[in-house]
Amino acid sequence: MSVIDLSWWQLSLAAGLVLALAVCTHIARLQLSKSLIIAAMRTTIQLTLVGLVLETLFAVGTLLWVSLLALAMLLFAGQQVVSRQKYRLRGGWSFAIGTLSMLVSAFSITILSLVVLIGPQPWYQPQYSIPLLGMLLGNTMTGVALGLDRLTESMRRSRDIIENRLMLGETWRQASIEFRRDAMRAGLMPTINSMAAAGIVFLPGMMTGQILAGTSPTVAVKYQILIMFTITAGTGFGTFLAVAQCSKQLFDQRERLCVDRLLESKSP
Amino acid sequence: MPALKIKDLSIGTLRKTNFTLQSGRITCISGPSGSGKSRLLRAIADLESHTGDIFLGNKPQGTYPAHKWRRQVMMIPAQSAWWEDTVGEHFLTPMPAALKALGFPEDAARWQVNRLSSGEKQRLALIRAVSYKPQVLLLDEPTANLDADSTQMVELWLTGLIKKYQLPTIWVAHSYMQIQRVAHLHLAIVDSQLEEQEIHL
Repeated sequence: MSVIDLSWWQLSLAAGLVLALAVCTHIARLQLSKSLIIAAMRTTIQLTLVGLVLETLFAVGTLLWVSLLALAMLLFAGQQVVSRQKYRLRGGWSFAIGTLSMLVSAFSITILSLVVLIGPQPWYQPQYSIPLLGMLLGNTMTGVALGLDRLTESMRRSRDIIENRLMLGETWRQASIEFRRDAMRAGLMPTINSMAAAGIVFLPGMMTGQILAGTSPTVAVKYQILIMFTITAGTGFGTFLAVAQCSKQLFDQRERLCVDRLLESKSP
Repeated sequence: MPALKIKDLSIGTLRKTNFTLQSGRITCISGPSGSGKSRLLRAIADLESHTGDIFLGNKPQGTYPAHKWRRQVMMIPAQSAWWEDTVGEHFLTPMPAALKALGFPEDAARWQVNRLSSGEKQRLALIRAVSYKPQVLLLDEPTANLDADSTQMVELWLTGLIKKYQLPTIWVAHSYMQIQRVAHLHLAIVDSQLEEQEIHL
């Protein structure tokens, strides 16, 4: 089965829909049209560039270039995590914790799935490794960002409770358990929801893409299940590491709460 | 219970203060608001970084894990926080006698915390702290939100407890009358030092 290519005028028709939406929100004074247009332009430019990069990468296909692209993706994801925080740790700690958590969880799970589960030849074959890493990294990034944001925000707001619990002789782990639990739940909830609703409420994007591209639905489903599980594991371990490190960072060696280590971002 | 020795402690505006809390004795600390009474208590409970040494008996603060120190040298803030649903869940052990002594009915342990008044919170926070069997009490204005009757109940209960278990105690107080009623020693914050004051009886 061959794929039906899309022509540019078909894409511009779709762009027209977004433009129409922007015009409507502008007329209704909802102040969304500007960010809508900017986001639409970003998506066009970013995806076009990535398409070019991937075409080149698939043609070259060496481990060095795959690794370089993976590194760039990781650093960009780390930057995204920081930019989504209302309160971030001083001295670049939020970037370090977020990036490290994603490196440990998303990368190791991608490599594991490539080597053990999918097994392309060679294992880093960009056609498999880059999309897989992209999906894992994207979801882990969301989980880490949501988890960290919830953690810092709630611990800052509830410093009275945490300090009172410390006064009663609780360890920093006991005094912060509820906030760490909440943060973990916030990070994992989107993934758990999408697993529970997949196939009934919506058809996952990757599966839809594969079916549109001519893969048989049974194969597409198997890939989708594999991806869902690896995404869950990646997001879960990533969020877990980030929340553990960040909460530890909010206490000093005498188990005192240090909310002054948090810096409020200028714009959310 | 062993005495608590404070040596060359500097915190906030206070410079190199020295004093000792003897077993079973109440040291009242007074001073204008903003003079650093609460910060002094927080430093002694090791909730704020400070210089100088604090000894419980002969053991310095630094040799204890921080949470073990705080379980023994317990600070009770003027404004308490509550996080579980009911009052009783915050107590380490059920405290029926203490509840009765501070004027609560028997079922007070099952009360919802979001319906407590500030006076109830303050009295229940004292009971909560005592349920952990501390060795030193750091009381930050323990009767600040209380009416005259409750104040009398709390004073009676606390002084009895401090005497019975021989607890070294700091009691931050505003009212001169209260200091006269409960204090064995009165220290006032003057400039950056603690000065011993006469207690007129």
